[in-house]
Amino acid sequence: MSVTEQPKALADQSKAPSGQPTKSTSTTNACRMCMPLGACLAYMGFEGTVPFLHGSQGCATYIRRYLISHFAEPMDIASSSVGEAATVFGGEANLRLGVTNVARVYSPTMIGMASTCLTETIGEDVPAMIVRAKHPEEGLEAETGKPTPELVFAPTPSYAGTHADGFHAAVTAVVKKLAVAGDQTKAVNLFPAIISAADLRHLREIVAGYGLPSLLMPDYSDRLDGVTVARYEKIAPGGTTAAEVAATGSAQASITLGGLVTNGVELAGEVLAKRFEVAHHKLPLPIGIRLTDIFTDQLSELSGVEMPEWLAAERGRLIDAYIDAHKYAADRTAIVYGDEDLVIGMSTFLAEIGITPLLVATGGRSGHLANEIARLNPSLTGKIEVLDDGDFNEIEARAAELKPDLLVGHSKGYATSRRLGIPLVRVGLPIHDRVGAQRIKHLGYRGTQELFDLIINTLIQDRQDESEVGYSYM
Amino acid sequence: MTEVLAARARQITRSGEGKAKIDCEKQSVAGSVSQRACTFCGSRVVLYPIADALHLVHGPIGCAVYTWDIRGALSSGPELHRLSFSTDLRERHVVFGGEHQLEESLDELIERHHPKAAFVYATCIVGVIGDDVSAICRTVSAKHGIPVIPVQSEGFQGSKKQGYDAACEALMALIGTGDASEVGKHTVNLLGDFNLAGEIWIIAEYLKKMGVEVVANLTGDGRVEDIRKAHGAALNLVQCSGSTTKLAMQMQAKYGIPFKKISYFGIDDMAAALYAVAEHFKDPEMLDRTRELIATEIAEVLPVVNECRKDLEGKRAAIYVGGAFKAISLVKALRLLGMTTVLAGSQTGTSEDYDYLVDLCDPGTVIVDDSNPAELSSFLSEGRADLFIGGVKERPLAYKLGVAFCDHNHERKLPLEGFIGMANFAREVHASVCSPVWQFAPRHQPKAPTQED
Repeated sequence: MSVTEQPKALADQSKAPSGQPTKSTSTTNACRMCMPLGACLAYMGFEGTVPFLHGSQGCATYIRRYLISHFAEPMDIASSSVGEAATVFGGEANLRLGVTNVARVYSPTMIGMASTCLTETIGEDVPAMIVRAKHPEEGLEAETGKPTPELVFAPTPSYAGTHADGFHAAVTAVVKKLAVAGDQTKAVNLFPAIISAADLRHLREIVAGYGLPSLLMPDYSDRLDGVTVARYEKIAPGGTTAAEVAATGSAQASITLGGLVTNGVELAGEVLAKRFEVAHHKLPLPIGIRLTDIFTDQLSELSGVEMPEWLAAERGRLIDAYIDAHKYAADRTAIVYGDEDLVIGMSTFLAEIGITPLLVATGGRSGHLANEIARLNPSLTGKIEVLDDGDFNEIEARAAELKPDLLVGHSKGYATSRRLGIPLVRVGLPIHDRVGAQRIKHLGYRGTQELFDLIINTLIQDRQDESEVGYSYM
Repeated sequence: MTEVLAARARQITRSGEGKAKIDCEKQSVAGSVSQRACTFCGSRVVLYPIADALHLVHGPIGCAVYTWDIRGALSSGPELHRLSFSTDLRERHVVFGGEHQLEESLDELIERHHPKAAFVYATCIVGVIGDDVSAICRTVSAKHGIPVIPVQSEGFQGSKKQGYDAACEALMALIGTGDASEVGKHTVNLLGDFNLAGEIWIIAEYLKKMGVEVVANLTGDGRVEDIRKAHGAALNLVQCSGSTTKLAMQMQAKYGIPFKKISYFGIDDMAAALYAVAEHFKDPEMLDRTRELIATEIAEVLPVVNECRKDLEGKRAAIYVGGAFKAISLVKALRLLGMTTVLAGSQTGTSEDYDYLVDLCDPGTVIVDDSNPAELSSFLSEGRADLFIGGVKERPLAYKLGVAFCDHNHERKLPLEGFIGMANFAREVHASVCSPVWQFAPRHQPKAPTQED
């Protein structure tokens, strides 16, 4: 589908939409993860919080392994370990026991709960269970004599959305639970899509550059990119505090960076706008100059302050780098795949340096991807394909025909890259075949600078390796 | 001190304390943050390496995503097993049923890939929404003329162990459907070896030198046609006993094939395995060849082991792995390197396994079933471990504490089986334990003087 076409009303529920005759019934090598994974990752960004999945044991363990392989950090995710009996008679006893045990071993301030396919399908009413668990007479505190941590819940059945949806849903659940009204402050709420630990640190730095206090969440930059210790901490320090979440209700504005979600998933910024009239600005992830400018303009407007000098210098150096290397990028092409929020940023960035993103593909199904790319990149209209709800079977088939110079996406595209002999530039999540995924910078002028050097050098190396002469001077 | 949940107290013991039997083979305790996965995982692990079969995960996308090409199970030919196939169920399937989606997916994928057989893994919700997976499998099998085998692997059924059983049942549906009339006398099937990093090829080569032919690999580098005639083999060798002992017992009952539980890890167990085979066939010439083979191999490996031992002598190791057979072999292999074991645990050991470990390990060694990060991290600290042997989920615990690590799980890229595997293991352990980076880890820093000093 080209960017000029209207997106489907709801790209989600049918896997074989009309107008896409090549679409398979089955999925081969999916280009997305499941909702509970996103929720667990988001909960890791709140201080003292243990993610908890109400479902069978495997979901928690698989997700732990998957995220550990990306972040190289401990990733404790509890499970209510629903078994056969609980599946038939209900899992409330498992949930209560699980919460009690997590409270005992971890002493968390909050347990971030999410459902799974199993518990959603058997109709578990987790919000009601939480009310009962918190009940003064019949709750867990009365039963165990120990205070029960804050319990929040996000519904995340894998069949209803993607990991990105689960991520946003969990943030929204925390904000819904903890945000309170108050006299308006200067603070800005910052709700980014799934980004790296280094990106989170950089976002904080940028906002501080405008003299604005930021309420950044989820912030897993410490918990998932921490230091080696002498004594093990069951919950690593760091993360957005409960007080910071509470303060979101009185912030001057919310900025959601990304936030393309499947219909039915609410964003934290939307909730705050409704409940506390906090102005909500939904911006694309700041990748490349144009999209970062949108973000920094917004910060200028909110703060009434010009771009700080150091940031303006980074922007200037980036433009200088673009110009120095523009010929290496000229007439080159790429296929970009991954999370919807990330591919919007990546494809817009590639377009502004002269690389055409011939295909922008995602496993997501918000239905808004094509429109969003068209809105941000009028020049790409009619030149590129956008694939919603795609898998690597489709991406590889298109790649074989389109023969791009580059693949830009997470490490699951490696098999395609290898088979077709197209270099892969690794961005996003998951990155399971390289070190340092948590340290990759994607955002701001500084992150763009690193991506730019990486991409241009990949193109140069490709040309150098292909050359019969073997130039040592490029 | 380790905080152990009351419900788990009987799943931990120490050797030499004469305590009651360890409690095991039970569902993980809710909220314990078990390192175990689920029934689906157990089935997927066992059947995964069958390289010319279609492995279709029937369910929402997650289960297929997390098992896409994550294991080092190599194939000498087709690599269909490295693709991740899912029916990718959506909300409407949950409401109206997923049978049609399953049938269409199977048709589409079988036409696209021409597999020799198809396995259909039922995930959690399939059991709940009531899809008749068996009926669809029969229909599709008749349509395409290949075996299409349902695997009853709904995650909630129990632990990984129930998944092993479901996989064994699926294999039993295939075994005996081929022509075994050509299968010779000195033949074996290799059960419970998943050909990680090509390990099964090392073992098959030893057997070949002894004069023993392998009929079917169950399941490393596995092929449907071989498995169909596995009933013709004279002997079953069971390595990963937790996963495939049941299959060996079923094959013994149905086809009269005896089995031996063996392990290919470490010099002692590897040699014992080959001798067990030679003794079984009661062929004096084979026994001679075996002796010669073992002597040659050990002579090659020992210098490496001894070289590494110089630096490793007296170091302390902790083990937490999936199958208990591996923990047992590792305790012995570590001894050969001069190392002591302070922790030996597994996800799926039996009480027989744990009794053996209690007897085998030095007094005071922690023996644990179905452990978790909170326990493991404190065992590492209390035991002052220099090395942790485990899988991906154990690795960050070790590294966070500045402890060396050896990956002994299915993701590994280095063959650790066979005599050569012992040399690889020694080098790998040496490489991590003796790395200069540990000097910077806080646990190796001299303690800062405190007020009292």
